Amino acid sequence: MSNSILELNNVRISLGGKQLLEVNCRVGPGEILTVMGPSGSGKSSLLAYIAGFLAPVFKSSGSVLVNGENICSLAAERRRVGLLFQDPLLFPHLSVAGNLRFAMPRNAQQKSHAISEGLDDIGLAGFDDRDPGTLSGGQASRVALLRLLLSAPNAVLLDEPFSKLDTQLREEIRTLVFDKLRASGLPTILVTHDQADAESAGGAIHTLR
Amino acid sequence: MLRWASHSLIYLLAAPILLGTFIASLPAFGYFPPLGSTEFSLDAWRDLVEVPGLTRSVLISLISGVLTPLVSLALVFLYLASATGSRLDLWIRRLVSPLLSFPHAAAAFGLAFLIAPSGLLSRIISPELTGWDRPPDLLIVNDTWGLSLLFGLIVKEVPFLLLMSLAALPQLQPRHRIEVARTLGYRPTIAWLKVIAPSLYPLVRLPVIAVIVFASATVDVALILGPTLPPTLSVRVLSWFNDPDLNLRFLAAAGSLLQLGTSLLAVVIWLALEKLFGLLWRFWLATGNRHTGERLAFAIGRSAMPIVLMVITGSLLALVSNAFAGPWRYPSTLPSSWTIQHWANSLSDLSTPLFNTVLISVSSTLLALIIVVAILESERQSSKARSAPSWLLYLPLLIPQLVFLFGIIVATEFAGWQANLSLVIFGHLLFVLPYVFLSLSEAYRQLDPRWTQVASTLGASQLKSFWRIRIPLLLAPCLTAVAIGMAISISLFLPTQLLGAGRITTITSEAVALTSGANRNLISVWALVQLSLPILGFMMALFIPKFIWRNRSGMIETQ
Repeated sequence: MSNSILELNNVRISLGGKQLLEVNCRVGPGEILTVMGPSGSGKSSLLAYIAGFLAPVFKSSGSVLVNGENICSLAAERRRVGLLFQDPLLFPHLSVAGNLRFAMPRNAQQKSHAISEGLDDIGLAGFDDRDPGTLSGGQASRVALLRLLLSAPNAVLLDEPFSKLDTQLREEIRTLVFDKLRASGLPTILVTHDQADAESAGGAIHTLR
Repeated sequence: MLRWASHSLIYLLAAPILLGTFIASLPAFGYFPPLGSTEFSLDAWRDLVEVPGLTRSVLISLISGVLTPLVSLALVFLYLASATGSRLDLWIRRLVSPLLSFPHAAAAFGLAFLIAPSGLLSRIISPELTGWDRPPDLLIVNDTWGLSLLFGLIVKEVPFLLLMSLAALPQLQPRHRIEVARTLGYRPTIAWLKVIAPSLYPLVRLPVIAVIVFASATVDVALILGPTLPPTLSVRVLSWFNDPDLNLRFLAAAGSLLQLGTSLLAVVIWLALEKLFGLLWRFWLATGNRHTGERLAFAIGRSAMPIVLMVITGSLLALVSNAFAGPWRYPSTLPSSWTIQHWANSLSDLSTPLFNTVLISVSSTLLALIIVVAILESERQSSKARSAPSWLLYLPLLIPQLVFLFGIIVATEFAGWQANLSLVIFGHLLFVLPYVFLSLSEAYRQLDPRWTQVASTLGASQLKSFWRIRIPLLLAPCLTAVAIGMAISISLFLPTQLLGAGRITTITSEAVALTSGANRNLISVWALVQLSLPILGFMMALFIPKFIWRNRSGMIETQ
């Protein structure tokens, strides 16, 4: 269990003098905040800002606190904020286990054991040595989720992670992702334009214009 | 370190080349302390003016400098106008990169053995068509006006300009433009020449100017195919430079400046031609003519590439048959027997140059790869870093090699350094670097930034994601860049010859040195070794990733 808290204080992002968004919120352990808005409203910029790779053409102000500590001045790799993209983005040159091992903190104990157990847990037991290129869309999404969890983040960002899945699979993966994140006690921000995602997340909804 | 890297192109390319050009001019005006001359004078120029046949040497250099790009570019444009989208085109596109790796010297030797009076071509058509039962007394190779030199240069530069044009074409959306022109009633070939050619030309202008400079100042091709009485200016300057009489150094320096002027003049003539063609094109566009000339343009364009391909294939056949030929009486098309004796004879002589060739090409290319990756990485990590302007990358190709290499030698002599291997490697680096950069930059810049972002959100440092993610994902383009860099290094003659002071021998320098000896069998063996090395490199670049990623379907698809 993580039990972290993610807070955005007066986060403003603007592009070319035009303000895109302003967000104030607090996401508690296991809570999922949904950010909705049309394309161009700056949803993805908000996630890029929190994760630490907002392009310098954007101007930003405000602070992002994880457990009270401002992470804005940290490099992306030190923020311990996990991110799921639209695509699973499993590294194509590493095996499934290689992808998971890449994500685990250097000092993690019994890595191989944790990997087998994690794969077992998401219904992919024995997939350790598989080539990620041979996985189905749903399997790849599961591995991407497991990879994120094994990196032991303090907070999680979801960038429309279900939008490329077909309807049936979307439901299944969505349930799995939300269950796992709640169970891990991770504060999560979900960016989506799908109303069903927001309802399923069950948390507060912040709408951008 | 990365911040330094973004400027290193300037230090590494511009500084030695521009300084070299400047320093080369000092002995031309009599200043050369290593030979005890510290006073400026115009003696070298007086000697230069009195050299017999100088005007003709300059003229031949000028002619090949202007006609080579003119004919090559015309053939490439007519080909693209007539063949774009055809089956021939798909085929040619696949062949163009390997063609480019055919070293100049090997290609020149092959062509010489193909078209010489006793060459393969003459044997094939004799005595049936010609009635010759002995080689005709014609000066085909090394002809006085440099026509075979011109022919050899065109055959080599057509694939280069074609590759450059193919790289630039997609941004013009040619298909869309042609469709619009065709709905207005233009025949496809005419449509291409009227709506694509004028916008494509500015995009290939720098490579064209590089061709002008190369054609007007080449040494190795001119040594093999060019006229001998008198030779081209570049060949004469090299012979003055290599003369045991050190006082000819002053003459050589003045000659190298004259070479720079000649190449510049060729460029100026080209710029005038540009204006002329611009006017002609505007006039032609305004006529609204939609059909006239289509057939002729189509016929030339469609036959140009197959002819170039046939000449190159013929040259290769000429090399292979000479390298394995036993006794071979004149009009017989094939030798009466085959032998590996020539190979066995060359084996002991090959080993040192082969070792040097591999050592120099591998080290200069790896250095270039490290520098290029550092530049691209610094460009990626800092949003402010601007990439080097493209003229800078082309600098080693825009100033005649002879001139600035000569300056680098003079500089080392000022400093009292001896010619050595590291100097040769540095010289090769100057030429390898631009090609490695041009070949790798596109793939590096287009790598999906999300790979690095995923790695960072998983806690990987820049260093870790560089080694564990970016380098493996870019392994194939990196190896291709290495193969191209090594091919360039292997084909270089002048940097080895000048900076190694003739003491460091490579396959290429030895092969070119054999020209005067003129044993065709032996030369063919060396030329075949020279051209097989780049092929080996390209094969490795192709198969290593296939082997490493044999169980990684995602890596094969992306290539």
